[in-house]
Amino acid sequence: MAISNVDGQKVWQRRDRNTQFKIWFAWFIGTAVFMWCWQQISAATTWQFFWDAPRIAADIGGRAVPPRWSYMDKLWEPLWDTLNIATLGTVLALMMAVPVAFMAARNTTPSALFVRPIALLIIVSTRSINSLIWALLLVKILGPGVFAGLVAISIRSIGFCAKLLYEAIEEIDETQVEAITATGASRWQVMAYGIVPQVLPAFAGIAVFRWDINLRESTVLGLVGAGGIGLQLQGSLNTLAWPQVSLILLVILFAVVVSEWVSAKVRGAII
Amino acid sequence: MSAALEARLGQPWKKPPFISSPGLRWALLIGGVIYLILAIYSIDVNWARVYRGLDRGWQFVIAFANPDFTSRAGEIKSGMIESAVMAFASTVVGIGISIPIGLGAARNISILPVYLVCRSIIALSRALNEIVVAILLVAIFGFGPLAGFLTLSFATIGFLSKLLAEEIEDMDRIQAEAVRSTGASWLQRYTYGIHPQVVPRLIGLSIYRLDINFRESAVLGIVGAGGIGATLNTAFDRYEFDTAAAILLMIIVTVMALEYLSGIIRARVQ
Repeated sequence: MAISNVDGQKVWQRRDRNTQFKIWFAWFIGTAVFMWCWQQISAATTWQFFWDAPRIAADIGGRAVPPRWSYMDKLWEPLWDTLNIATLGTVLALMMAVPVAFMAARNTTPSALFVRPIALLIIVSTRSINSLIWALLLVKILGPGVFAGLVAISIRSIGFCAKLLYEAIEEIDETQVEAITATGASRWQVMAYGIVPQVLPAFAGIAVFRWDINLRESTVLGLVGAGGIGLQLQGSLNTLAWPQVSLILLVILFAVVVSEWVSAKVRGAII
Repeated sequence: MSAALEARLGQPWKKPPFISSPGLRWALLIGGVIYLILAIYSIDVNWARVYRGLDRGWQFVIAFANPDFTSRAGEIKSGMIESAVMAFASTVVGIGISIPIGLGAARNISILPVYLVCRSIIALSRALNEIVVAILLVAIFGFGPLAGFLTLSFATIGFLSKLLAEEIEDMDRIQAEAVRSTGASWLQRYTYGIHPQVVPRLIGLSIYRLDINFRESAVLGIVGAGGIGATLNTAFDRYEFDTAAAILLMIIVTVMALEYLSGIIRARVQ
């Protein structure tokens, strides 16, 4: 709290002068950086296209409506593929994430010095690369198709699932573990009866949460050739078949909303 | 009680199942197995192609051991700068738009029609995938970072406004009430009663979003919306795995640095 004297009267101010100056300076720097950034974007933009945009948007909108409903017949199979990529990808990811999480959690890791850093490295490196980039790479390695998308989704999900899971493991109630240990249980029995039941609800929640995200991501994997409904989207975009594009976008939107609803319901039932 | 205990004494103990209703448990299990069989059956893997590709995969792993930063240094540099520029500018603009929408979407300080409008904007922004938005915006505005910038700004709105609105809904009413009782106007009530309560969280979320926007800007280039993604895509198309590895390493390091930085800043302001 700062109080300044103006003509012998005390006036309340929210901050004292130095703090105020610091805040102004931070604003100044921030604004300058933003202006510079804007200049960069502006320099790389053809403004002619920008001013033309409303007309183009109206044109595309006009072509896209109404959606070509009959095209739906060809979308059921890609939609099934998309669902499979998301679900099997999540299952595969969880299989790999569980051991990583147990190795990364401070209270269950076999060696905090050697194993834990490796597990953390796996978590960080898989998490910071987007699934679309993984798909781009895997399409080159495994060939285009659903399999590449599935592996991409599962690799991307390892870090996410393992991170949330190892945080859940670190937060468990140690007294229960101690109670099981006191009965003379072996290391694996402690795991099965002391730790796993405590993290199982968190595990189920993470699985459904990630499944929801994966379904979203798998809808666009086809853009780089990794199967699913994105493949149809790419094809329709390349041939400028806007009525098909609008139908595909509607289907994607519908799938995302349904998956969010399912995931919210399941998580509500668990927690 | 004691009768139940008598009956259970001497019986072996069994772990209680995770899903208590046996009907639901078996239905889920059998349904899951049937689905898995159908799903795995419907995926045909060309194992010969996978086997041939393994060699290429190995090349990529080796490329990670000696990444090539130099031969495409100019493109990598301009791509990284463009990604950073897009991420920063879109975060700033996104925050600017998110604050009014977040205020409107908080049930305790806004009126119902405004609430519904703001909530539907948030829902729309969250339901649309960034890549899909980027494709449409590239079609409308042409190739380049402007489309990416607009995409990321739009995605930021859904994220920040929602969390900001939740934070405002959870705030301490008494402080806002106290400011209001002095006869403050709506804007004064916000600046002195609400804003100081949510600003630490807002700063933390903004930095987190900057981090996300940078990560996302790395993929927008694949659909032509500017940034490092275009360079990466080109590197993969030319099978220049060493350049691709260099770019990926730079993305990972930047993301890790940002995450570390945001952790420090969030710990300080909260």
